[in-house]
Amino acid sequence: MNPSWWNWQAAADALPLLLEGFLTTLIATVGGTIIAVILGLFIAVLLRGLPAWAAWLPRLLVAFVRNTPLIVQLVFVYTLFSMNEALIEVSALTVGIAVIGVHYSTYMSESYRAGIDAVPQGQWEAISALSLPPVRSFRSVILPQALRATVPSLGNYAVAMFKDTPFLMAIFVTELVRTAEQVGGRTFAYTEAFTLAGLIFLAASYPTSLLIRRLEKSLATY
Amino acid sequence: MDEKVSVLVEFLPQLWDGLLVTLQLTLGGAVGTIVLAVVLGLGMLAPTGWVSVPSRVVVEFFRGTSLLVQLFWFFYVLPIVLDVNLDPLTCGVLALSLNYGAYSAEVVRSSIAHVPKGQWEAAMALSLSPARRMFRVIFPQGWALMIPSLATLQIQLLKGTAVASFITLQDLNERVGVLRQQTGDTLFSYTVGLLIYFVLAWLIQVGMDALERQAKRRLGRGGPGLLTRVRTRLRGNGSASSTTASPTSGSGSTSSTEVAS
Repeated sequence: MNPSWWNWQAAADALPLLLEGFLTTLIATVGGTIIAVILGLFIAVLLRGLPAWAAWLPRLLVAFVRNTPLIVQLVFVYTLFSMNEALIEVSALTVGIAVIGVHYSTYMSESYRAGIDAVPQGQWEAISALSLPPVRSFRSVILPQALRATVPSLGNYAVAMFKDTPFLMAIFVTELVRTAEQVGGRTFAYTEAFTLAGLIFLAASYPTSLLIRRLEKSLATY
Repeated sequence: MDEKVSVLVEFLPQLWDGLLVTLQLTLGGAVGTIVLAVVLGLGMLAPTGWVSVPSRVVVEFFRGTSLLVQLFWFFYVLPIVLDVNLDPLTCGVLALSLNYGAYSAEVVRSSIAHVPKGQWEAAMALSLSPARRMFRVIFPQGWALMIPSLATLQIQLLKGTAVASFITLQDLNERVGVLRQQTGDTLFSYTVGLLIYFVLAWLIQVGMDALERQAKRRLGRGGPGLLTRVRTRLRGNGSASSTTASPTSGSGSTSSTEVAS
């Protein structure tokens, strides 16, 4: 079985390069997730704490970031930094991690909100009955319970973010898919390069999402 | 500023052409997504493994690999393997349909599975044929449940169409890049571009909300329709009687983001 369009040697040659690109993909995913997890919580708490008349502007901003394309945002911010000499010089990967992190924080803030809403009313009443200070009650009572419902959802968004990291090639970050395109352009082994890239994504994301599904089940039952 | 606005006005026809490409991708992708979602979603629920296992494999495959990988695969690899030539627009619609179709199939599957068991039993007790049971009883109820999650995915699809510029298509994203070159103002051009995307996303949300209300009305849930509400208001019957909330309205919006991912 050796069809004319598949060359094992070309595939073997491409693999080490692709794995190198994959490393950048992983760095972007981990960096983006850290930003999104922290900023998402901050947004959720902020929107909850603000009075209704003050919350509409941050709410609109969050909706704006969430409902506009990530690629356009990436190119926008990258061009803004690279064209303007007054601003500090940053690498494309840094811009990419920041933008993808902020983009997904708007999704994760929704998960946190749902998790905090799911904490039973009695817990809030218990807090005021014990007259715990606000910071301590949030950190020791509400958040641990909210996170139980939130963690699997955050995991799902992290996997979604992982699959969106190829968009970083729009700002010339040499991650997995851009590497595949470069390999294809150099050797015409497009078939091997893109197929392997797809398989690497599948091999990384499918077990992770299975893991999250198991986590979801084990966290759902106390 | 006036200078930039006049550049923008001159550029409007080109921006419009880009918008049309984006709309074609979105609408083509939306139709493909819904068809695939229903076929694969019901396929995953099929009682025989011959149907459910392949459906599950297709869904996991297209969910697990990245949209951009699929797009490049259809653009660069498929013409080599099958010896066919796909034009970029077809490639884009194909990749978007398969990717978001796989996600939507999962929404269809879980919504249908959430329709109460008693409904299946009742349909069976009335000895409805399997097709009538699904499309007259079960699916309309699942449909009302799945719309909020499908709305999220349709907006994701709209956002996903911006990948089209990678395969030489001159969509809205690409046109905004050209506008930036012509005005030399990044902030101005991209704010215009992002605002257009934002309005499109808003329109999708409004449309899907209307669909959800309509789907619930068909089930006898939710308030009266828009026309009825307007008519009651015009007759001056007062608003109290026209806004009788149903106890079951709002049950459809459970875990809209959770199912989607």
